[in-house]
Amino acid sequence: MTAAHTPDGALLGRRGAGRRATVPLTVVFALVATAALAGCGQQRDDDVYTVLNSSTDDSYHSWDAATLARCSKQLGITIEQQSVPAAQVMTKSLRMASSKSLPDVIQFDASEMPTFAEAGGLTDLRTLGLSTRDIPQGIVDFGSYKGTYYGAARTVNTLALFYNKDILKKAGLDVPTTWDEMRRTAKELTRARQYGIALSAGGAEDGVFQFTPFMWSNGGDESNLGSKQVAEALDYWKGLIKDGSLSKSTVNWTQADVNDQFMAGNAAMMINGPWQVETLNTKKSLDWGIARIPVPETGDKSVGPLGGAILTVPNTGDTRREKTAAKIIRCMSSEKEQISYARNSWMVPANEKAADLWRKEVPELDALADQVATARSRTAKVGARWSSVSLALQSAFQSALTGQSSEAALQRAQQRATSGN
Amino acid sequence: MSATTASATAPDTRQPAPAVKKPDPARARRRRRLSQWGFIAPAVVFMVLFFGYPLVRNVLMSFQDYSPSTFFDGKAPFNGTDNWSKVFQDDLFGKALWHTIAFTVGSLIGQFGIGLALAVFFTKKFPLNGILRSLILLPWLVPMVVSGIVWRRILDQDTGVLNTFLDTLGMDGATPWLTSPGMALFSVILVNIWIGIPFNMVILYGGLQEIPKELYEAASLDGASAWRTFRSITLPLLKPVITVVLVLGFMSTVKILDLILALTDGGPADATQTLGTLTYQNSFVQLDFGAGAVVGNVLILISAVFAVFYLRANRSEGK
Repeated sequence: MTAAHTPDGALLGRRGAGRRATVPLTVVFALVATAALAGCGQQRDDDVYTVLNSSTDDSYHSWDAATLARCSKQLGITIEQQSVPAAQVMTKSLRMASSKSLPDVIQFDASEMPTFAEAGGLTDLRTLGLSTRDIPQGIVDFGSYKGTYYGAARTVNTLALFYNKDILKKAGLDVPTTWDEMRRTAKELTRARQYGIALSAGGAEDGVFQFTPFMWSNGGDESNLGSKQVAEALDYWKGLIKDGSLSKSTVNWTQADVNDQFMAGNAAMMINGPWQVETLNTKKSLDWGIARIPVPETGDKSVGPLGGAILTVPNTGDTRREKTAAKIIRCMSSEKEQISYARNSWMVPANEKAADLWRKEVPELDALADQVATARSRTAKVGARWSSVSLALQSAFQSALTGQSSEAALQRAQQRATSGN
Repeated sequence: MSATTASATAPDTRQPAPAVKKPDPARARRRRRLSQWGFIAPAVVFMVLFFGYPLVRNVLMSFQDYSPSTFFDGKAPFNGTDNWSKVFQDDLFGKALWHTIAFTVGSLIGQFGIGLALAVFFTKKFPLNGILRSLILLPWLVPMVVSGIVWRRILDQDTGVLNTFLDTLGMDGATPWLTSPGMALFSVILVNIWIGIPFNMVILYGGLQEIPKELYEAASLDGASAWRTFRSITLPLLKPVITVVLVLGFMSTVKILDLILALTDGGPADATQTLGTLTYQNSFVQLDFGAGAVVGNVLILISAVFAVFYLRANRSEGK
């Protein structure tokens, strides 16, 4: 009923019509085919170098553009910046590797570098002539995988305790330094719509990043999630929720959400990083202070996670270009550039000398610089397995914070993390 | 060859009478066939390039050890059913499968039910009908990720608009919409229903316009009740449209990814992990592309089974 029977070839059979149709089709095919093939063979321009980073944010993009402009001038080449969202740097780089179109420099989040290095994608920076003089051992390790130095950091960051000075002063409370103090202070500061503390226990890397200082300061370790120390740290978080000092929404918050809560006055304290300072300072009426993350007992060491991006030279096999790429990194991570980047981004310069100068400029961030000095990298122990460990840990603390027992959740996480790869 | 000549000698009234030049029937036929293929070719090439190739690659990949190093050396050794057994042994797969089914069925029932009710409602003549109808389309026009982010704020337990609103109504506005594992899947389904209503309404409304008015007139003369009219006239005549709406709805719901990533990121505690998010997590977070391909294949298989049912239904309708 639906398909009308057309007389077979009544139209198509006429001589001209058929030819008229086939000729344009052939042309279209030829065009499509050439267009598809042209995409494959990209020619590299000799004096043009590319840096791939995640500076999609307006301000970061323009800071990097300024740095690259200065380095271009110094090295007599053209350096282009290509920015993709942070979550896509790895997959984009892998795709570029398979199509042999890798950029000259890739800025990875340090926790991702081991995966790319393990696949054979990176070049040893030392053999390319970069030195690690004046860089603290912790930060050299941060950019290294299995003893090879692959990534140079410009600045590093970590987490600290941010507090609202006005609220604490009004309540007559001191800035907490131990877990017990923090729990008590948070409870006292919780009233009506205001929570004592905000932190991110979200189901992504943000939440894991925030959990590490509690896990590590208590002697726990990502290579054994089932240990008593890790469970205690998680129980501490559970306690904050039980007291009502920490919102249950924490499991759905990113670190940016936590910052929003703090700025809106919904939280008296928060765990967060220096990259939020630029936003925090946009609210003039907010008087905030910064302190080291409280430790389980007085005298314990506060161990924060070392965060930040590192500059790497991908393995393209073109030694001449790789050498120039190393020069670009040397320029980008020079003391002068580190300080200018640190001033903009509020992060701590990697170079010791630059960090000393920077400390004098921003004494209010002293606590952060101290925290960085003892901070630890997430991948030092588990290397390329970090993503599996991180996923298992996210799931575990979310289960525990929403009702399950910490021990059971973490034990399962340990199983998942080890069977994962 | 003999067949060609045989048919050529048969009287063919459809062909225009031979002109001055003597035509070569075999050649004309060949040319005709060629041009027929010319018309089919673009579709075939498109299907092979953009559907066939990825599909075959995806199936192959699920039997390969496809890791980041594959991108450099091109080596992806076959590892039998390792990826499959690994995925099926993970508790998360069972959970994700169950969540996907619940999400799809829940969303479809909600979207379709409300969409149909609204479509029937808008066939009535009343003032502002047109304006209201176009306003209801809005959720459809908003990008999925934007909807997700806005809803995440609306559903926030402490500061969300919804809970604040419930509070002012005197109800206890502390519902943990997205923060309790028991609640999150339900909330995500609610948001997806909100997103899907306009699409269902528009298509069903179009279908309703096609139903001849005389039938309703006849029914009312016979004294049929509103429910009876709906059941005996509207539903059966709307059936082809309903099939299309449900199939398209199924396709876009079963593979859900963006909305969930924006709302909950699969959390809390994996309470909203679906096959879509699991594929994403395996492939692009863990970079275990083999495992990601396995979950992707399961998703394709589910869709394929559904597509067969759809084709069957269509065929029986054509008879």
